[in-house]
Amino acid sequence: MTGTRPDPSKLYYRKMPATWWLQKQSYFLFMLRELSSVFIALFLLVYLYQIYQLTQGPEAYVAFTRRLSSPGWIFFNLIALLFAMYHSVTWFQSTAVVLPVRLGERLVPRQIVTALHIGAWMVVSLGVLILFLALKG
Amino acid sequence: MTTEKTTEPFWWGLFSAGGVVAAFLVPVHIILVGFALPLGWITDTGALYRYWWVKLYLFVLIVLPLYHWAHRFYFTLNDMGLKPINKTLAVLCYGGAIIGTAVTAWVLFKV
Repeated sequence: MTGTRPDPSKLYYRKMPATWWLQKQSYFLFMLRELSSVFIALFLLVYLYQIYQLTQGPEAYVAFTRRLSSPGWIFFNLIALLFAMYHSVTWFQSTAVVLPVRLGERLVPRQIVTALHIGAWMVVSLGVLILFLALKG
Repeated sequence: MTTEKTTEPFWWGLFSAGGVVAAFLVPVHIILVGFALPLGWITDTGALYRYWWVKLYLFVLIVLPLYHWAHRFYFTLNDMGLKPINKTLAVLCYGGAIIGTAVTAWVLFKV
């Protein structure tokens, strides 16, 4: 990689207003996709905190689980779920672009590759659900 | 060449792995943890978190998307005009993910 990039200090950067992503729908959707990672990470930290409650005993775990039923937490999780699903769909769409699938000479259409990923996502989700139900105490 | 640039493929690899984990696994966990358990559709005492392989799974589930976040958030903040302080941002974002990794490992070890 050495020497393949120019010195950044010698490059010209066009000044952009901080609100550039509000100027076009595609920019806005790009920003939503980037923002999805924030909600996914926040959800995972809450989940980690819930698991941490087990170190204080099962009662603490159950109590925290109940606390998550407040309207505020349900609203947060709803937003997180929408962002997470948006991440999944856009991720599978970009995977189809980045990793094109060939069948012999022909290129499999992107929509089909994305659809197969979405199918696999559903199967994996169902698998997690079944495993959780089988293992929970 | 700065060190950040030479390590970029490494961070991108973690970003990409985190993207895959988040895409396939996070929504079902939000449904479980965010809705099914609090609303009482399913009851749970947390006994499954004692299995070592469940812990390993959770480590991957929680840690990799943190690096995914770090990478995306770092570049988004740069795009929002914070490029002049990008060194600080890199430390905060990737450092945050590294701290998150340590905390996750500690919690899963303790449970």
